[in-house]
This record gives sequence, C-alpha cells and structure tokens, in this order.
Amino acid sequence: MIDYKKNELLRFTTAGSVDDGKSTLIGRLLYDSKAIFEDQLEAVKKSSEYKGLDYIDLSLLTDGLRAEREQSITIDVAYRYFSTPKRKFIIADTPGHIQYTRNMVTGASTANLAVILVDARHGVVEQTCRHSLIASLLKINHIILCINKMDLVNYDREIYDKIVSDYKAFASKLEVKDIQFIPISALMGDNVVDRSERMDWYDGSTLLYNLENVHIASDNNHIDCRFPVQYVIRPQSDLNHDYRGYAGRIASGVYKPGDEVIILPSGFTSRIKSIDTFDGPVKEAFAPMSVTITLEDDIDISRGDMIVRSHNQPEISQDIDIIMCWMNAKPMNPSSKYLLIHTTKDAKAIIKEINYKIDINTLHRIENDKEIKMNDITRVRLRTTQPLFFDSYERNRNTGSLILIDEGTKETVAAGMII
Amino acid sequence: MENYNLNYLKELESESVFIIREVAAQFDRPALLFSGGKDSIVLTHLARKAFHPAKIPFPLIHIDTGHNFPDTLEYRDKLVNDLGVKLIVGYVQDSIDKGRVKEETGFNASRNLLQTVTLLDTLEEYKIDAAMGGARRDEEKARAKERFFSHRDEFGQWDPKNQRPELWNLFNGKKNPGEHFRVFPISNWTEMDVWNYIHMENIPLPVLYFTHQRLCIKRNGTILAHSEYLNLRETEKAEMLQVRFRTIGDMTCTGAVLSEANSLEEIIKEVSLSRQTERGTRADDKRSDNAMEDRKKEGYF
Repeated sequence: MIDYKKNELLRFTTAGSVDDGKSTLIGRLLYDSKAIFEDQLEAVKKSSEYKGLDYIDLSLLTDGLRAEREQSITIDVAYRYFSTPKRKFIIADTPGHIQYTRNMVTGASTANLAVILVDARHGVVEQTCRHSLIASLLKINHIILCINKMDLVNYDREIYDKIVSDYKAFASKLEVKDIQFIPISALMGDNVVDRSERMDWYDGSTLLYNLENVHIASDNNHIDCRFPVQYVIRPQSDLNHDYRGYAGRIASGVYKPGDEVIILPSGFTSRIKSIDTFDGPVKEAFAPMSVTITLEDDIDISRGDMIVRSHNQPEISQDIDIIMCWMNAKPMNPSSKYLLIHTTKDAKAIIKEINYKIDINTLHRIENDKEIKMNDITRVRLRTTQPLFFDSYERNRNTGSLILIDEGTKETVAAGMII
Repeated sequence: MENYNLNYLKELESESVFIIREVAAQFDRPALLFSGGKDSIVLTHLARKAFHPAKIPFPLIHIDTGHNFPDTLEYRDKLVNDLGVKLIVGYVQDSIDKGRVKEETGFNASRNLLQTVTLLDTLEEYKIDAAMGGARRDEEKARAKERFFSHRDEFGQWDPKNQRPELWNLFNGKKNPGEHFRVFPISNWTEMDVWNYIHMENIPLPVLYFTHQRLCIKRNGTILAHSEYLNLRETEKAEMLQVRFRTIGDMTCTGAVLSEANSLEEIIKEVSLSRQTERGTRADDKRSDNAMEDRKKEGYF
C-alpha cells in the first residue's frame, strides 16, 4: 500500500505540435504507471481496429469529446491523473494548434512544470518557442524539453546535441529557472519510464524520474503573508454564539496565532487568536492550506478583504499594469466595462491604455496594432472601480493574477498577470 | 527552514474546501447532490469541514429513482440527521406520474436516464443556482474535460465545445437569469484518492461497499443485484454470490464485483490491483462510446 502521507502533488502541463507524439507520451506514462485499465484499453483497441488502424491509437484515450474523435484533434484542455509511490500527478493536456493559445495559458496557469515535446526530425520549431514563451510568461519554474521520436533518427547523439544547443540559444530570452533535456521515444518507451539501452551516450535520468524528483516545495511563496477572506463563518448556535471566523485559503506566507495583523482595506490592526480547522486548531498555517482565522478584536471584515502583516503589505492601487491574454472570440471592446475577479474580490475595470502587443513567437513588441483579438497577448493598463491589493505575478501567482468577464455574456474573456 | 509541505491528500482536501466555500460565497441558493455513493459521501464530509463550527449552509438533494438499495436510504437519513441539514428529495416516480417522462420497458429498463428530468425539475422548483456533485474527471473521458464551475444554459444543458476557461484559483460563477451552475469540488480526485481519503479520515460508509452474500444476476459481463425492479430473461437465474459494490447508484444499473474485501485496507488493496475501471461495472455507460457525453449535455450529473 502506498504511504500517501508522504506523497506530494505535482501539476504539469504538456505541449507540443500536432504530430509530436504527445498523446502517445501521455498514453505511455499512464499505461506504464498502470493508470489505464484493461477495459479502457480494450475500448481503444476496438475503436482503433474499427478505424482500420494497425496500431493502438492511444490518443483515443485522451480525446474525450465526440467532435474531437471525429476530427482527430484535441479541442479543449483535458486533465489526466496518475501516481507512483513517490508522487501524484495531474496532467493538464493542452492542444498544440496555434489557435489554442488560450488553452495553453489555462493549462499552464496551475502547473508547476511544463513538458514540451520536440520531434527529433524537425528540431526546434515555431510552436516550441511559443509553448516555451507561454510557460515563461505564466512563470512556470521548470521546463522539461523532451526530444521525441529518437527511434526515427537512429538514436543519433549529434541530432540531440544540435537541438539542445538550438533551444539553449533561444531559451536565454526566457525567465525559466530550470530547464532539462531528455532524448526519448514515446512509442518505443525509451527514457520515459525505463532507461534506454539504445542511448548509452545519455547519462541523465528518465522523464518519470525527473517528474518524481524535481524540487517543487520552494515554488510556493512562504514569505509574504497574504490571506484573502473568502467567507465569514458565524455559527450563531448556542454553543458558538460569538464565534466569528474568517475562512479562506492562504495565498502565501506563514500565519501563526499571536501574529500581529492588519486588515485591508480598513487598516484596522489586531492579533490572530486562533487558526481553526475541523480537525482542531493548528499552530501554523501556510499556502495552500484552507483554514479559518479568528482575531482578538471584533472588526467588521467581509469577503474580498485581506489579512496581512503590517510590516509586509501588498501594493494597493486602482491602476493595474498587466500582461493580458485575450480568450474570447469576441474582440476586446475599448469602450466596454468588464467585471474583474482578483483573489476573492470582485470589481469592475476598463482597459485604459493598450501599451503593446507581444509577438508570441519572437517576444518582440508590436506597438502600432491596438486591436485585441482571441489569443493575443498584450500589455495593458487597467483602471478599476475599487483598489486591489496585489503583488506582481512574478512574486506571487495567487495575488498577481486576475480574470476579466464580459458584462453581457458573463463569459471569462481575459487572463491577466500583474506586472 | 521548516518543511512547509502538504501531503497530496491534504492538498486535494484544501482545494475542494476552497471550491465549496467559493460556491457558498458566490451563489444565492446552492445545494449538494447526494446520491449515497462514496463520492458524494466524501463531498458531504468536505462540506462539513469547510464550514466548521457552523452547519453546512445549504441543503442536500437526493434524486430518488425509487430503485434504491435500502441501505442507501438508511445511511442518507442518518447522515442528514447527524449534520442537521435540510434534505430535498426529487422522486422520479413523480416525474413519471406527471407524464414528464416515460418509463423504459424491456430487460435493460432503467430509470437512470429519467433522473435527468427529475433533477432539472427539482433544481427549478427550489430555484437552485449551483448544484454541487461528486463527479471526478478520472471517471470517464467526457468528464475529463469538465470544469470545476460548469455553466448550464436555461435548459440545463452543457455545451462542451464552448466552456469558460478556468484559470488559477479564480472561479467565474457569474450567470444570466435562468442559468445555473454545476460545480465539481472533487474533480481532481481519482478513485484511489477517494478511498485513501476515506481511510485517512475514517469516514463511515454504507455496508454495501464491503463484502456480503447477495442474490445476483449475471448479465453482459455485469453482476447485478437481484431485485423486484429487474426483469429477468428466461435463461437468467439468480445465484448467491460473495460480492461488494465499487460504485453505488440505482439498483438496476450498478454492478457488483466478486470480492472478499471486508475492511478499508482490503478495499484499497483490491482497487489498487484492479485492472478494470469502476465505471466498468456500470451498465449505463456501456450503451455507447458517447453515452456519458450525451447524457451530460442534456443535464445529467
């Protein structure tokens, strides 16, 4: 039996061009880690035979919607799960087509790590750069570049070395702390779960070993205390008549009973009386724990307020500079007001200024094109109806991210990363 | 520096508690869909944790096909009583009597599909704007594309090709009049996670999940519990088997597995060695490759 008490969770996203073998790689990881069951495999076998294929099309496992199976494309982000005795993994599997930048952004937004696939025959292509840039924009700290289909290039070391040096030249522009390279064949299983015997020149570890051992504990911010109040708990029962607890998920930092805190936006100060959970009070709480905080003083606090330490406060402003990814088929309307969600706070916003668009293949700025359409990545300035309490996205994913919502359709139309 | 790490079950728990609180905060009339199965039992447990020391601030809804295992109802009533929450029951029989749906006939007749109408009618009657369910993305491939906050139009339908993007921990529950949401707080859990969590938290379960002797019928590779609701073919004969259930739903379409597992430890061991998915025992999914997607679009759980 797995000792789940020691297991950690790793969320990663996978990206690659259409035929880079992403589905095969995921199929291989799921199959070799026994996350695929016989009845699922049997169903895929039958569908493959029915389609007249002479191999088992593992992508049928991952394409969940009828339209996807009919068109043999992946439309939407799909989530996959597998675990090993060391970790549980959540894969956000995102489609590789150019028009699906928004899905990549979605998948990357919750990931600790990105696996990017390159076809050994084609090397670093435009898509590779775009996927890497999105990972970098979303501040994913770890990228694993898998050079796939090594079996089709005779497991040639020179080809691998060339791709690695091409990618390194490009990656110098990225802000990614940790980049690993692995030569693999997803189809044959080389260096995915088991070490390849056909590439003895490669002395690094397998993909699964990397996924199991990459150090992610320090990816959470344990320095800046940020607690957005999510829900106020008032039992109003005889037993807990005066209980008033502030429920929420710690965005960052470490909280302890006795800590002196300041409440935003009111500016009142108090001390933490207790940090409560169903299983009893805790001595300290850190991201991403969901807890309930009680204070020494009776202060009026509601959803959207933030409990922080007085010597380390977030920025407070109504003018917010963001990198924005537009996610809706309806283009941005410069005269519209949009609803905005940031931590547990709602506000309204206008896009006050469009600074420039980013060419996602080269990272160059485009200054003269101010029309914002689906999948565009731009730098803009927002003006909000109320002040937000925020940090830069680079410092804090939880207090540095926001979404915009269309007032009419109520659809999520944009994702923003605060600069 | 100290080790600020959560084990993965605690991290999943924290994520689900966050979602449940988000539902209570963003919606006027949320509810929790309770089927009596282990997933909705875990969901209810998480809801209890989310609002402690207060009570769960929304009702549980049970869609009753009339073909329940008696143990399920007993468990449900005790739980509701212990938690002090309101229970709303929607009866499929009422939908049939009102002529809203027509009972299926034949050997594979099931009220599983009919539930959708009763569910939508119940949500409308009580003006529920967010219905939480215990569905998981690992259960079925159409569910792998599901959001935590899943938008439904005024007909209760799901449009899988036009879903709202869901980024970071920011959940958009905004809607226009008549629309509602389905919310799935344990989306990221797998069957093994659910079992390990039940074990870690020591959550009591209906006895159906543990091994017992039962009169069963074997049909299309599935073992079904013998009951008055099942029409037998002439060639079919009920036999006494040592079984337990991996999932629990309507009696007519929930398959049993041969098992001697009598404790949570034994169940976890059995599940981890199993090479069949839990929904492999569900007759309702076997109707076609798109069975789940089609039912979900119409408004199924």
